[in-house]
Amino acid sequence: MENTVLKVENFSASFGDNRILKDINLTVPRNVVAALMGPSGCGKTTLIRCVNRMHELIPGATVSGRMTLIDEDIYAMQPIILRRKVGMVFQKPNPFPTMSIYENVIAGYKLNGIRIPKPELDNIVEQSLKKSALWDEVKDALHRKGTFLSGGQQQRLCIARALAMNPEIMLLDEPTSALDPKSTSQIEELFVELKKNVTMLLVTHNIAQAARVSDVTAFIYLGELIEFGPTEKMFTVPKDKRTEEYLTGKFG
Amino acid sequence: MTGNHVKRRLAEDIFFKGIVCLFAFISLLPLFLILYYITRNGIAVIDWNFLSSLPRPIGEAGGGVFNAIVGTLMLIILSGVISIPCGIAAGIYLSENKAGKLASGIRLSVVVLQGTPSIVIGIIAYIWIVAPLKTFSALSGGIALSIMMLPVIVKTTEETLKLIPYHLKEASLALGVPYYRTILKVILPSGISGILTGILLSVARITGETAPLLFTAFGNQFMNTNIFKPIDSLPYRIFYYAMSPYPEWHSFAWGASFILVVLTLALNLIARGISVKWKTRF
Repeated sequence: MENTVLKVENFSASFGDNRILKDINLTVPRNVVAALMGPSGCGKTTLIRCVNRMHELIPGATVSGRMTLIDEDIYAMQPIILRRKVGMVFQKPNPFPTMSIYENVIAGYKLNGIRIPKPELDNIVEQSLKKSALWDEVKDALHRKGTFLSGGQQQRLCIARALAMNPEIMLLDEPTSALDPKSTSQIEELFVELKKNVTMLLVTHNIAQAARVSDVTAFIYLGELIEFGPTEKMFTVPKDKRTEEYLTGKFG
Repeated sequence: MTGNHVKRRLAEDIFFKGIVCLFAFISLLPLFLILYYITRNGIAVIDWNFLSSLPRPIGEAGGGVFNAIVGTLMLIILSGVISIPCGIAAGIYLSENKAGKLASGIRLSVVVLQGTPSIVIGIIAYIWIVAPLKTFSALSGGIALSIMMLPVIVKTTEETLKLIPYHLKEASLALGVPYYRTILKVILPSGISGILTGILLSVARITGETAPLLFTAFGNQFMNTNIFKPIDSLPYRIFYYAMSPYPEWHSFAWGASFILVVLTLALNLIARGISVKWKTRF
Protein backbone atom coordinates (compact mmCIF):
# COMPACT_ATOMS: atom_id res chain seq x y z
CA MET A 1 0.00 0.00 0.00
CA GLU A 2 2.89 2.34 0.80
CA ASN A 3 3.62 2.69 -2.84
CA THR A 4 0.14 3.52 -4.09
CA VAL A 5 -0.77 7.18 -4.41
CA LEU A 6 -4.10 7.01 -6.14
CA LYS A 7 -6.49 4.10 -6.17
CA VAL A 8 -9.68 4.11 -8.21
CA GLU A 9 -12.20 1.31 -7.61
CA ASN A 10 -15.38 0.66 -9.60
CA PHE A 11 -15.61 4.36 -10.22
CA SER A 12 -18.39 5.85 -12.35
CA ALA A 13 -19.25 9.48 -12.99
CA SER A 14 -22.28 11.08 -14.63
CA PHE A 15 -23.53 14.51 -15.53
CA GLY A 16 -27.27 14.26 -15.12
CA ASP A 17 -28.35 11.16 -17.06
CA ASN A 18 -25.20 11.14 -19.13
CA ARG A 19 -22.81 8.50 -17.84
CA ILE A 20 -19.29 9.66 -18.68
CA LEU A 21 -17.15 7.11 -16.83
CA LYS A 22 -18.06 3.47 -16.38
CA ASP A 23 -16.55 1.27 -13.66
CA ILE A 24 -12.99 2.51 -13.79
CA ASN A 25 -10.36 0.57 -11.84
CA LEU A 26 -6.91 2.05 -11.69
CA THR A 27 -3.92 2.10 -9.35
CA VAL A 28 -1.25 4.75 -9.71
CA PRO A 29 2.04 3.98 -7.91
CA ARG A 30 4.30 6.62 -6.38
CA ASN A 31 6.78 8.62 -8.48
CA VAL A 32 5.56 7.77 -11.93
CA VAL A 33 4.04 9.64 -14.80
CA ALA A 34 0.76 7.94 -15.58
CA ALA A 35 -0.71 8.90 -18.94
CA LEU A 36 -4.41 8.84 -19.69
CA MET A 37 -5.00 8.72 -23.41
CA GLY A 38 -7.96 8.27 -25.62
CA PRO A 39 -9.96 10.06 -28.29
CA SER A 40 -11.72 13.38 -27.58
CA GLY A 41 -14.77 13.06 -25.39
CA CYS A 42 -13.77 9.67 -23.95
CA GLY A 43 -13.85 10.93 -20.36
CA LYS A 44 -10.15 11.26 -19.59
CA THR A 45 -10.45 14.89 -18.49
CA THR A 46 -13.52 14.01 -16.41
CA LEU A 47 -11.51 11.29 -14.70
CA ILE A 48 -8.73 13.59 -13.54
CA ARG A 49 -11.25 16.25 -12.55
CA CYS A 50 -12.88 13.66 -10.34
CA VAL A 51 -9.55 13.27 -8.53
CA ASN A 52 -9.64 16.84 -7.20
CA ARG A 53 -13.43 17.04 -7.40
CA MET A 54 -13.36 19.93 -9.87
CA HIS A 55 -16.08 18.17 -11.85
CA GLU A 56 -18.47 19.13 -9.04
CA LEU A 57 -18.44 22.70 -10.36
CA ILE A 58 -20.74 21.47 -13.11
CA PRO A 59 -24.29 21.17 -11.79
CA GLY A 60 -25.74 17.66 -11.90
CA ALA A 61 -22.43 15.83 -11.44
CA THR A 62 -22.67 12.55 -9.53
CA VAL A 63 -20.20 9.75 -8.86
CA SER A 64 -20.26 6.21 -7.52
CA GLY A 65 -17.47 3.87 -6.50
CA ARG A 66 -14.37 4.72 -4.54
CA MET A 67 -11.32 6.86 -5.05
CA THR A 68 -8.56 7.06 -2.47
CA LEU A 69 -5.54 9.32 -2.21
CA ILE A 70 -2.93 7.57 -0.04
CA ASP A 71 -5.64 5.49 1.65
CA GLU A 72 -7.86 8.48 2.31
CA ASP A 73 -11.30 8.50 0.71
CA ILE A 74 -11.36 11.48 -1.64
CA TYR A 75 -15.13 11.79 -1.46
CA ALA A 76 -15.07 11.94 2.35
CA MET A 77 -12.65 14.87 2.38
CA GLN A 78 -13.43 18.57 2.25
CA PRO A 79 -12.77 19.66 -1.36
CA ILE A 80 -10.67 22.63 -0.24
CA ILE A 81 -8.39 20.36 1.83
CA LEU A 82 -8.22 17.76 -0.94
CA ARG A 83 -7.30 20.35 -3.57
CA ARG A 84 -4.34 21.55 -1.53
CA LYS A 85 -2.92 18.02 -1.74
CA VAL A 86 -3.65 17.64 -5.44
CA GLY A 87 -1.98 20.07 -7.83
CA MET A 88 -3.53 20.81 -11.18
CA VAL A 89 -2.16 22.22 -14.41
CA PHE A 90 -4.63 23.18 -17.09
CA GLN A 91 -4.72 23.06 -20.83
CA LYS A 92 -4.32 26.80 -21.17
CA PRO A 93 -1.68 28.48 -19.00
CA ASN A 94 -3.61 30.45 -16.40
CA PRO A 95 -1.34 32.52 -14.16
CA PHE A 96 -3.22 35.08 -12.08
CA PRO A 97 -3.09 38.30 -14.12
CA THR A 98 -3.10 40.64 -11.14
CA MET A 99 -0.15 38.95 -9.46
CA SER A 100 3.60 39.04 -10.00
CA ILE A 101 5.58 35.92 -10.78
CA TYR A 102 6.56 35.69 -7.11
CA GLU A 103 2.96 36.04 -5.91
CA ASN A 104 1.77 33.53 -8.48
CA VAL A 105 4.10 30.85 -7.14
CA ILE A 106 2.87 31.31 -3.58
CA ALA A 107 -0.72 31.93 -4.63
CA GLY A 108 -1.85 28.70 -2.97
CA TYR A 109 -0.67 30.01 0.38
CA LYS A 110 -1.58 33.63 -0.18
CA LEU A 111 -5.11 33.07 -1.43
CA ASN A 112 -5.78 30.57 1.33
CA GLY A 113 -4.63 33.08 3.92
CA ILE A 114 -1.84 30.80 5.18
CA ARG A 115 0.76 33.01 6.84
CA ILE A 116 4.38 32.05 6.34
CA PRO A 117 7.46 34.13 7.24
CA LYS A 118 9.05 35.95 4.31
CA PRO A 119 12.38 34.06 4.22
CA GLU A 120 10.51 30.80 4.05
CA LEU A 121 8.31 32.14 1.24
CA ASP A 122 11.41 33.25 -0.65
CA ASN A 123 12.69 29.73 -0.29
CA ILE A 124 9.44 28.15 -1.52
CA VAL A 125 9.43 30.46 -4.55
CA GLU A 126 13.04 29.68 -5.42
CA GLN A 127 12.69 25.92 -4.93
CA SER A 128 9.42 25.72 -6.86
CA LEU A 129 10.73 27.76 -9.76
CA LYS A 130 13.91 25.68 -9.83
CA LYS A 131 11.88 22.48 -9.90
CA SER A 132 9.82 23.81 -12.79
CA ALA A 133 13.01 24.90 -14.63
CA LEU A 134 11.94 28.52 -14.75
CA TRP A 135 14.21 30.02 -12.08
CA ASP A 136 17.11 30.98 -14.37
CA GLU A 137 14.78 32.75 -16.76
CA VAL A 138 12.84 34.78 -14.22
CA LYS A 139 15.04 35.18 -11.15
CA ASP A 140 15.69 38.84 -11.99
CA ALA A 141 12.06 39.59 -12.79
CA LEU A 142 10.20 37.99 -9.90
CA HIS A 143 8.11 41.08 -9.35
CA ARG A 144 6.90 41.46 -12.91
CA LYS A 145 3.45 40.28 -13.83
CA GLY A 146 3.26 36.60 -14.70
CA THR A 147 1.26 37.35 -17.83
CA PHE A 148 4.28 38.99 -19.51
CA LEU A 149 5.94 35.59 -19.89
CA SER A 150 5.70 33.48 -23.01
CA GLY A 151 3.13 30.69 -23.20
CA GLY A 152 5.61 27.96 -22.28
CA GLN A 153 7.03 30.02 -19.42
CA GLN A 154 3.52 30.75 -18.16
CA GLN A 155 2.77 27.04 -18.13
CA ARG A 156 5.97 26.34 -16.17
CA LEU A 157 4.92 29.10 -13.79
CA CYS A 158 1.60 27.30 -13.30
CA ILE A 159 3.52 24.08 -12.65
CA ALA A 160 5.63 25.93 -10.06
CA ARG A 161 2.44 27.25 -8.48
CA ALA A 162 1.12 23.71 -8.14
CA LEU A 163 4.47 22.36 -6.89
CA ALA A 164 4.71 25.06 -4.23
CA MET A 165 1.89 23.38 -2.32
CA ASN A 166 3.89 20.11 -2.11
CA PRO A 167 1.11 18.06 -3.67
CA GLU A 168 0.83 14.28 -3.34
CA ILE A 169 -0.16 14.07 -6.97
CA MET A 170 -0.22 16.46 -9.93
CA LEU A 171 -3.05 16.41 -12.44
CA LEU A 172 -1.94 17.58 -15.86
CA ASP A 173 -4.82 18.28 -18.22
CA GLU A 174 -3.31 18.34 -21.71
CA PRO A 175 -0.70 20.78 -20.40
CA THR A 176 1.13 21.21 -23.69
CA SER A 177 -1.72 21.34 -26.16
CA ALA A 178 -1.67 25.16 -26.29
CA LEU A 179 2.12 25.37 -26.65
CA ASP A 180 4.64 25.36 -29.49
CA PRO A 181 6.86 22.28 -30.05
CA LYS A 182 9.92 23.76 -28.31
CA SER A 183 8.00 24.65 -25.14
CA THR A 184 6.30 21.26 -25.33
CA SER A 185 9.58 19.35 -25.32
CA GLN A 186 10.90 21.53 -22.46
CA ILE A 187 7.84 20.70 -20.40
CA GLU A 188 8.01 17.01 -21.26
CA GLU A 189 11.63 16.89 -20.07
CA LEU A 190 10.47 18.64 -16.94
CA PHE A 191 7.91 15.94 -16.19
CA VAL A 192 10.53 13.22 -16.44
CA GLU A 193 12.68 15.20 -14.01
CA LEU A 194 9.80 15.94 -11.66
CA LYS A 195 8.67 12.39 -11.11
CA LYS A 196 11.52 11.90 -8.63
CA ASN A 197 9.48 14.05 -6.25
CA VAL A 198 5.89 13.86 -7.29
CA THR A 199 3.43 11.54 -8.96
CA MET A 200 1.77 12.83 -12.09
CA LEU A 201 -1.41 11.96 -13.90
CA LEU A 202 -1.13 13.25 -17.45
CA VAL A 203 -4.07 13.57 -19.78
CA THR A 204 -3.00 13.69 -23.38
CA HIS A 205 -4.45 13.00 -26.77
CA ASN A 206 -0.98 12.95 -28.16
CA ILE A 207 0.06 9.30 -28.38
CA ALA A 208 3.70 10.17 -28.95
CA GLN A 209 3.74 12.28 -25.80
CA ALA A 210 2.35 9.43 -23.74
CA ALA A 211 5.07 7.19 -25.17
CA ARG A 212 7.82 9.74 -24.47
CA VAL A 213 7.09 10.67 -20.89
CA SER A 214 4.89 8.11 -19.17
CA ASP A 215 5.74 4.99 -17.19
CA VAL A 216 2.23 3.60 -17.14
CA THR A 217 -0.57 4.33 -19.55
CA ALA A 218 -4.31 3.97 -19.39
CA PHE A 219 -6.33 3.86 -22.57
CA ILE A 220 -9.86 5.10 -22.13
CA TYR A 221 -12.51 4.73 -24.79
CA LEU A 222 -16.16 5.80 -24.50
CA GLY A 223 -15.92 6.10 -20.73
CA GLU A 224 -14.40 2.66 -20.19
CA LEU A 225 -10.88 1.79 -19.19
CA ILE A 226 -9.85 -0.51 -22.00
CA GLU A 227 -6.31 -1.21 -20.98
CA PHE A 228 -3.93 -0.14 -18.24
CA GLY A 229 -0.31 -1.13 -17.83
CA PRO A 230 3.34 -0.25 -18.35
CA THR A 231 3.66 2.14 -21.28
CA GLU A 232 6.34 0.12 -23.03
CA LYS A 233 4.25 -2.99 -22.97
CA MET A 234 1.10 -1.29 -24.17
CA PHE A 235 2.82 0.38 -27.08
CA THR A 236 4.58 -2.79 -28.21
CA VAL A 237 2.11 -5.57 -27.42
CA PRO A 238 -1.32 -4.11 -26.71
CA LYS A 239 -3.71 -6.65 -25.22
CA ASP A 240 -6.91 -5.19 -26.59
CA LYS A 241 -7.75 -4.81 -30.25
CA ARG A 242 -9.16 -1.32 -29.68
CA THR A 243 -5.90 -0.16 -28.10
CA GLU A 244 -4.00 -1.42 -31.09
CA GLU A 245 -6.36 0.32 -33.48
CA TYR A 246 -6.09 3.58 -31.56
CA LEU A 247 -2.30 3.40 -31.42
CA THR A 248 -2.04 2.71 -35.11
CA GLY A 249 -4.32 5.60 -35.91
CA LYS A 250 -7.36 3.68 -37.13
CA PHE A 251 -9.58 5.98 -35.04
CA GLY A 252 -9.31 8.81 -32.51
CA MET B 1 -22.22 54.68 -71.07
CA THR B 2 -20.13 52.67 -68.61
CA GLY B 3 -18.04 55.78 -67.97
CA ASN B 4 -21.13 57.70 -66.90
CA HIS B 5 -22.16 54.85 -64.63
CA VAL B 6 -18.85 54.90 -62.83
CA LYS B 7 -18.96 58.67 -62.52
CA ARG B 8 -22.43 58.55 -61.02
CA ARG B 9 -21.43 55.92 -58.51
CA LEU B 10 -18.36 57.85 -57.50
CA ALA B 11 -20.51 60.96 -57.06
CA GLU B 12 -22.97 59.03 -54.93
CA ASP B 13 -20.05 57.81 -52.87
CA ILE B 14 -18.83 61.31 -52.21
CA PHE B 15 -22.36 62.48 -51.45
CA PHE B 16 -22.86 59.68 -48.95
CA LYS B 17 -19.56 60.35 -47.21
CA GLY B 18 -20.42 64.04 -47.04
CA ILE B 19 -23.80 63.32 -45.44
CA VAL B 20 -22.24 61.05 -42.81
CA CYS B 21 -19.65 63.68 -41.94
CA LEU B 22 -22.28 66.40 -41.77
CA PHE B 23 -24.53 64.53 -39.35
CA ALA B 24 -21.60 63.42 -37.27
CA PHE B 25 -20.62 67.06 -36.99
CA ILE B 26 -24.18 68.10 -36.09
CA SER B 27 -24.31 65.55 -33.31
CA LEU B 28 -21.09 66.90 -31.83
CA LEU B 29 -22.23 70.50 -32.09
CA PRO B 30 -24.44 70.64 -28.96
CA LEU B 31 -21.64 69.40 -26.72
CA PHE B 32 -19.22 72.01 -28.01
CA LEU B 33 -21.82 74.78 -27.84
CA ILE B 34 -22.67 73.87 -24.26
CA LEU B 35 -19.03 73.77 -23.27
CA TYR B 36 -18.43 77.07 -25.11
CA TYR B 37 -21.30 78.98 -23.48
CA ILE B 38 -20.71 77.58 -20.03
CA THR B 39 -17.02 78.35 -20.19
CA ARG B 40 -17.53 81.84 -21.64
CA ASN B 41 -20.16 82.83 -19.10
CA GLY B 42 -19.00 80.80 -16.17
CA ILE B 43 -15.26 81.08 -16.01
CA ALA B 44 -15.25 84.80 -15.27
CA VAL B 45 -17.21 84.24 -12.06
CA ILE B 46 -14.91 81.57 -10.73
CA ASP B 47 -12.54 82.87 -8.12
CA TRP B 48 -11.58 81.86 -4.63
CA ASN B 49 -14.30 84.03 -3.18
CA PHE B 50 -17.00 82.34 -5.27
CA LEU B 51 -15.81 78.89 -4.32
CA SER B 52 -15.43 79.59 -0.63
CA SER B 53 -18.41 81.75 0.35
CA LEU B 54 -22.02 80.96 1.08
CA PRO B 55 -25.03 82.32 -0.79
CA ARG B 56 -25.95 85.80 0.47
CA PRO B 57 -29.47 87.07 1.14
CA ILE B 58 -31.32 88.93 -1.60
CA GLY B 59 -30.10 92.49 -1.97
CA GLU B 60 -26.59 91.77 -0.74
CA ALA B 61 -23.89 91.63 -3.37
CA GLY B 62 -21.53 88.65 -3.76
CA GLY B 63 -21.96 85.13 -2.52
CA GLY B 64 -20.88 81.75 -3.73
CA VAL B 65 -21.41 78.06 -3.86
CA PHE B 66 -19.27 76.64 -1.04
CA ASN B 67 -22.21 74.95 0.67
CA ALA B 68 -23.39 73.53 -2.66
CA ILE B 69 -19.99 71.99 -3.38
CA VAL B 70 -19.82 70.49 0.11
CA GLY B 71 -23.42 69.28 -0.25
CA THR B 72 -22.80 67.64 -3.62
CA LEU B 73 -19.70 65.88 -2.28
CA MET B 74 -21.66 64.67 0.75
CA LEU B 75 -24.46 63.40 -1.44
CA ILE B 76 -21.95 61.55 -3.64
CA ILE B 77 -20.36 59.92 -0.58
CA LEU B 78 -23.73 59.01 0.96
CA SER B 79 -25.10 57.49 -2.21
CA GLY B 80 -21.81 55.74 -2.93
CA VAL B 81 -21.69 54.17 0.53
CA ILE B 82 -25.14 52.72 -0.08
CA SER B 83 -25.00 51.77 -3.74
CA ILE B 84 -21.40 50.59 -4.26
CA PRO B 85 -21.54 47.53 -1.93
CA CYS B 86 -25.07 46.64 -3.03
CA GLY B 87 -24.28 47.16 -6.71
CA ILE B 88 -21.05 45.16 -6.68
CA ALA B 89 -22.67 42.33 -4.73
CA ALA B 90 -25.59 42.19 -7.16
CA GLY B 91 -23.15 42.29 -10.09
CA ILE B 92 -21.18 39.37 -8.61
CA TYR B 93 -24.40 37.45 -8.08
CA LEU B 94 -25.48 38.01 -11.68
CA SER B 95 -22.15 37.00 -13.18
CA GLU B 96 -22.01 33.89 -10.98
CA ASN B 97 -25.63 32.86 -11.56
CA LYS B 98 -26.40 33.23 -15.21
CA ALA B 99 -29.75 31.48 -14.99
CA GLY B 100 -32.24 31.25 -12.16
CA LYS B 101 -35.30 33.11 -11.00
CA LEU B 102 -33.55 35.55 -8.69
CA ALA B 103 -30.97 36.42 -11.35
CA SER B 104 -33.55 37.13 -14.03
CA GLY B 105 -35.58 39.09 -11.47
CA ILE B 106 -32.55 41.24 -10.66
CA ARG B 107 -31.77 41.74 -14.34
CA LEU B 108 -35.31 42.87 -15.07
CA SER B 109 -35.42 45.25 -12.13
CA VAL B 110 -32.07 46.74 -13.09
CA VAL B 111 -33.42 47.53 -16.56
CA VAL B 112 -36.63 48.96 -15.14
CA LEU B 113 -34.75 50.98 -12.54
CA GLN B 114 -32.49 52.42 -15.23
CA GLY B 115 -35.55 53.61 -17.12
CA THR B 116 -37.40 55.01 -14.13
CA PRO B 117 -37.75 58.80 -14.33
CA SER B 118 -35.57 60.44 -11.70
CA ILE B 119 -38.46 62.53 -10.38
CA VAL B 120 -40.31 59.32 -9.52
CA ILE B 121 -37.30 58.09 -7.58
CA GLY B 122 -37.33 61.41 -5.74
CA ILE B 123 -40.98 60.94 -4.78
CA ILE B 124 -40.28 57.39 -3.57
CA ALA B 125 -37.43 58.65 -1.37
CA TYR B 126 -39.78 61.35 -0.10
CA ILE B 127 -42.37 58.76 0.91
CA TRP B 128 -39.81 56.39 2.43
CA ILE B 129 -37.54 58.80 4.28
CA VAL B 130 -38.72 62.38 4.29
CA ALA B 131 -42.32 61.74 5.33
CA PRO B 132 -41.55 59.42 8.28
CA LEU B 133 -38.68 61.61 9.53
CA LYS B 134 -40.78 64.73 8.95
CA THR B 135 -37.82 66.65 7.52
CA PHE B 136 -35.98 67.03 4.25
CA SER B 137 -32.50 65.61 4.64
CA ALA B 138 -29.17 64.87 3.01
CA LEU B 139 -29.82 61.22 3.86
CA SER B 140 -32.99 61.06 1.79
CA GLY B 141 -31.20 62.77 -1.11
CA GLY B 142 -28.35 60.28 -0.83
CA ILE B 143 -30.79 57.37 -0.89
CA ALA B 144 -32.60 58.75 -3.95
CA LEU B 145 -29.28 59.16 -5.77
CA SER B 146 -28.05 55.73 -4.69
CA ILE B 147 -31.11 54.21 -6.36
CA MET B 148 -30.05 56.01 -9.53
CA MET B 149 -26.45 54.78 -9.25
CA LEU B 150 -27.39 51.20 -8.55
CA PRO B 151 -28.31 49.97 -12.05
CA VAL B 152 -25.14 51.40 -13.61
CA ILE B 153 -22.90 49.72 -11.02
CA VAL B 154 -24.74 46.39 -11.19
CA LYS B 155 -24.60 46.33 -14.98
CA THR B 156 -20.93 47.31 -15.34
CA THR B 157 -19.85 44.92 -12.59
CA GLU B 158 -21.72 42.06 -14.19
CA GLU B 159 -20.38 42.80 -17.67
CA THR B 160 -16.82 43.18 -16.38
CA LEU B 161 -16.85 39.97 -14.36
CA LYS B 162 -18.40 38.02 -17.21
CA LEU B 163 -15.36 38.84 -19.35
CA ILE B 164 -12.93 37.31 -16.85
CA PRO B 165 -11.87 33.93 -18.20
CA TYR B 166 -13.37 30.95 -16.40
CA HIS B 167 -9.97 29.26 -16.22
CA LEU B 168 -8.78 31.82 -13.65
CA LYS B 169 -11.54 30.76 -11.31
CA GLU B 170 -10.62 27.14 -11.93
CA ALA B 171 -6.96 27.87 -11.21
CA SER B 172 -7.88 29.34 -7.86
CA LEU B 173 -10.37 26.63 -6.87
CA ALA B 174 -7.90 23.92 -7.88
CA LEU B 175 -5.44 25.36 -5.34
CA GLY B 176 -7.99 24.65 -2.63
CA VAL B 177 -9.01 28.29 -2.31
CA PRO B 178 -12.57 28.54 -0.97
CA TYR B 179 -15.19 30.02 -3.26
CA TYR B 180 -15.58 33.33 -1.38
CA ARG B 181 -11.82 33.94 -1.37
CA THR B 182 -11.67 33.10 -5.06
CA ILE B 183 -14.26 35.78 -5.75
CA LEU B 184 -12.70 38.38 -3.43
CA LYS B 185 -9.02 37.79 -4.17
CA VAL B 186 -8.93 36.59 -7.78
CA ILE B 187 -12.07 37.57 -9.65
CA LEU B 188 -12.72 41.04 -8.20
CA PRO B 189 -9.09 42.25 -8.46
CA SER B 190 -8.98 41.06 -12.08
CA GLY B 191 -12.03 43.18 -12.86
CA ILE B 192 -11.13 46.18 -10.75
CA SER B 193 -10.66 48.60 -13.65
CA GLY B 194 -14.09 47.86 -15.09
CA ILE B 195 -15.79 48.11 -11.71
CA LEU B 196 -14.09 51.41 -10.86
CA THR B 197 -15.02 52.77 -14.26
CA GLY B 198 -18.64 51.85 -13.62
CA ILE B 199 -18.60 53.54 -10.22
CA LEU B 200 -17.10 56.74 -11.63
CA LEU B 201 -19.58 56.83 -14.50
CA SER B 202 -22.47 56.35 -12.09
CA VAL B 203 -21.12 59.18 -9.93
CA ALA B 204 -20.86 61.35 -13.04
CA ARG B 205 -24.45 60.46 -13.79
CA ILE B 206 -25.84 61.51 -10.41
CA THR B 207 -23.69 64.60 -9.89
CA GLY B 208 -25.92 66.60 -12.16
CA GLU B 209 -29.26 65.17 -11.04
CA THR B 210 -31.69 67.80 -9.80
CA ALA B 211 -35.14 66.25 -9.91
CA PRO B 212 -34.68 63.57 -7.22
CA LEU B 213 -33.21 66.18 -4.89
CA LEU B 214 -36.17 68.56 -5.04
CA PHE B 215 -38.19 66.68 -2.44
CA THR B 216 -35.31 65.08 -0.60
CA ALA B 217 -32.12 67.07 -0.04
CA PHE B 218 -34.26 70.12 -0.79
CA GLY B 219 -31.53 72.76 -0.86
CA ASN B 220 -30.18 74.95 1.87
CA GLN B 221 -28.63 78.38 1.64
CA PHE B 222 -26.61 77.80 4.77
CA MET B 223 -23.74 75.49 5.42
CA ASN B 224 -24.87 72.08 6.65
CA THR B 225 -23.02 68.86 7.27
CA ASN B 226 -25.70 67.06 9.26
CA ILE B 227 -27.12 64.25 7.16
CA PHE B 228 -30.51 64.56 8.87
CA LYS B 229 -30.91 68.20 7.78
CA PRO B 230 -31.62 69.64 4.32
CA ILE B 231 -28.49 70.12 2.28
CA ASP B 232 -27.53 72.16 -0.76
CA SER B 233 -26.20 70.77 -4.02
CA LEU B 234 -24.67 72.23 -7.17
CA PRO B 235 -27.60 71.47 -9.50
CA TYR B 236 -30.06 72.84 -6.99
CA ARG B 237 -27.96 75.99 -6.50
CA ILE B 238 -27.84 76.48 -10.29
CA PHE B 239 -31.63 76.20 -10.44
CA TYR B 240 -32.03 78.65 -7.57
CA TYR B 241 -29.62 81.26 -8.96
CA ALA B 242 -30.94 80.92 -12.50
CA MET B 243 -34.59 81.40 -11.46
CA SER B 244 -33.82 84.65 -9.66
CA PRO B 245 -34.37 88.04 -11.34
CA TYR B 246 -30.86 89.34 -10.58
CA PRO B 247 -28.17 89.46 -13.30
CA GLU B 248 -25.41 88.82 -10.74
CA TRP B 249 -27.13 85.63 -9.62
CA HIS B 250 -27.52 84.59 -13.26
CA SER B 251 -23.79 84.78 -13.68
CA PHE B 252 -23.42 82.73 -10.48
CA ALA B 253 -25.61 80.09 -12.09
CA TRP B 254 -23.19 80.00 -15.04
CA GLY B 255 -20.27 79.72 -12.64
CA ALA B 256 -21.88 76.84 -10.76
CA SER B 257 -22.71 75.16 -14.08
CA PHE B 258 -19.09 75.48 -15.11
CA ILE B 259 -17.96 73.73 -11.91
CA LEU B 260 -20.51 70.97 -12.42
CA VAL B 261 -19.55 70.38 -16.04
CA VAL B 262 -15.85 70.35 -15.23
CA LEU B 263 -16.52 67.85 -12.44
CA THR B 264 -18.55 65.54 -14.70
CA LEU B 265 -16.03 65.83 -17.51
CA ALA B 266 -13.17 65.07 -15.13
CA LEU B 267 -14.98 62.00 -13.77
CA ASN B 268 -15.53 60.72 -17.30
CA LEU B 269 -11.91 61.29 -18.29
CA ILE B 270 -10.61 59.60 -15.14
CA ALA B 271 -12.94 56.68 -15.77
CA ARG B 272 -11.56 56.33 -19.29
CA GLY B 273 -8.01 56.58 -18.03
CA ILE B 274 -8.58 53.87 -15.45
CA SER B 275 -10.28 51.54 -17.89
CA VAL B 276 -7.28 51.81 -20.24
CA LYS B 277 -4.40 52.02 -17.76
CA TRP B 278 -5.47 49.50 -15.15
CA LYS B 279 -6.85 47.01 -17.59
CA THR B 280 -5.90 43.48 -16.63
CA ARG B 281 -4.02 41.58 -19.30
CA PHE B 282 -5.14 37.99 -19.30
